[in-house]
Amino acid sequence: MGMTITEKILAAHAGKKEVKPGELIWAKLDIVLGNDITAPIAISEFKNAGAKKVFDKDRVCLIPDHFTPNKDIKSAEQAKVLREFAREQKLKNYFEVGKMGVEHALLPEQGIVTAGDAIIGADSHTCTYGALGAFSTGVGSTDLAAAMISGKTWLKVPEAMKFVFKGKLSKWVTGKDLILHVIGDIGVDGALYRSMEFCGDTIENLSMEGRLSMCNMAIEAGGKNGIIAPDKITKEFLKGRSERKPVFFASDKDAKYVDVREYNAAKIEPTVSFPHLPSNARPLSKVGNVKIDQVVVGSCTNGRIEDMRLAAKIIKGKKVHSTVRMLVIPATQAVFMQMFKEGLTEIFVNAGAAVSTPTCGPCLGGHMGILAAGERAVATTNRNFVGRMGDPKSEVYLASPAIAAASAVTGKISGPEELH
Amino acid sequence: MKFTGKVWKFRDDVNTDEIIPARYMNTSDPKELAKHTMEDIDKDFMKKMKPGDIIVGGKNFGCGSSREHAPICLKEAGVACVIAKSFARIFYRNSFNMGFSIVESQEAAEDIKEGDTVEVDLGNGVINNKTTDKAYKVAPYPKFMQELINAGGLMKYVQRQK
Repeated sequence: MGMTITEKILAAHAGKKEVKPGELIWAKLDIVLGNDITAPIAISEFKNAGAKKVFDKDRVCLIPDHFTPNKDIKSAEQAKVLREFAREQKLKNYFEVGKMGVEHALLPEQGIVTAGDAIIGADSHTCTYGALGAFSTGVGSTDLAAAMISGKTWLKVPEAMKFVFKGKLSKWVTGKDLILHVIGDIGVDGALYRSMEFCGDTIENLSMEGRLSMCNMAIEAGGKNGIIAPDKITKEFLKGRSERKPVFFASDKDAKYVDVREYNAAKIEPTVSFPHLPSNARPLSKVGNVKIDQVVVGSCTNGRIEDMRLAAKIIKGKKVHSTVRMLVIPATQAVFMQMFKEGLTEIFVNAGAAVSTPTCGPCLGGHMGILAAGERAVATTNRNFVGRMGDPKSEVYLASPAIAAASAVTGKISGPEELH
Repeated sequence: MKFTGKVWKFRDDVNTDEIIPARYMNTSDPKELAKHTMEDIDKDFMKKMKPGDIIVGGKNFGCGSSREHAPICLKEAGVACVIAKSFARIFYRNSFNMGFSIVESQEAAEDIKEGDTVEVDLGNGVINNKTTDKAYKVAPYPKFMQELINAGGLMKYVQRQK
């Protein structure tokens, strides 16, 4: 009986020939990850358990990205817990402010995660690395603590869903639009406990940035992991980057899926998710007149260089609307540096946008762009729950960098075509 | 384990940002966090609820972030347990790992109304609605989960294995 790519990776990490959906396994982990919100609890549990050393100082990553640069005294204390633990344990992959980036943009970029890996992170968007052909999933702080000690975690092998995309994408349609469309189709629990495998010629032609955006939001459909079979694009991305030797797995032809969905990708429009669930997705043509107060381009979903290029291309030579604040947050220092080199920072600043150092910041209503009651934002982030970016009476509309940039210019939710 | 408490009922897809808004996440002190339990979905929840009360949710309870602060908060606030039609994956995992009781029951979550008094008997796998006098059978936890509980949570289980 055939196996899916997810099942194969899990079997390899459980030391088994094969695994079946529903089976409980202990998987050996290649990388375990925590941030300034989740790791302090894990570190405290690590110490309470009497543990002295992490299982491998090169495989435990701590990234202070959520409330950093420290937004207040309490956040400073939390970040300090990470810093001191990282020093004490001599962790190779601790990134201080100045080198730090949004974790799920940083780890692939630095080659810390690679194809064939099994990864857990105490952050729900850890599912991002599936874009590299890895098994990767979000867990809580206790799971992180246990994995820091043992290098293993318990997992239930998920049932698999397959999403097949066929055809050439229309202009301005990105990986973000595809995943918002899927979540709109299946709902926020449409893939609960399941693996989401994305494939088809559209995906084969999709950039690594677009693939990372898609897998990043698997959790917004309740998925355990999102995954894309590694190919030429993956190989090219990992070249000279991957710290460890990548292992390419692929699903068997007779692998079992509980659901297979096909999409005519050529017909998918730029997509916007309305408040207060990512599943409230609407094609741009059905958005209507929605005035906005803020635009955020950034986050682990859309803070990579391709996203910055796309937003800059649209806003170049134009001005941010007088009633809008536009925030541009490159997800890593390397992205930031590349923006300087390509003149993108200048384009944004000339347009009247604020460009900031990497941080998760406004995405989770932390800092750097909080909304007041009644205010609306178009954001390239991943969640639009009640109060997610500020006051419980504020609203977040999720979209691609193209829609975000065009909306910043018009002051209402718009596509780039409306700027001509 | 047996709990009896008054029910607070919530809708489908209650997310972790509603259970404890991320803006309070600059601390991991359970007492500080618990003050804001359910604040963005019902700002008076902490004023109304009493320790020992029970939350009944719809489908996909606890969706969103992986932050363990959500079950930590509910436990610290004194919520005895959550009954829901279904739970989001990470919330389910976290609750088990830290020893917070959750019970999945489509039927009970549908029938039970706010204000009902409900008894949850985890040992015998029964939910009793004392207000309507109706009982619901609950599927036992998977064997591995029972082992985790018997060991006293994930950390103890892992230590024992070492």
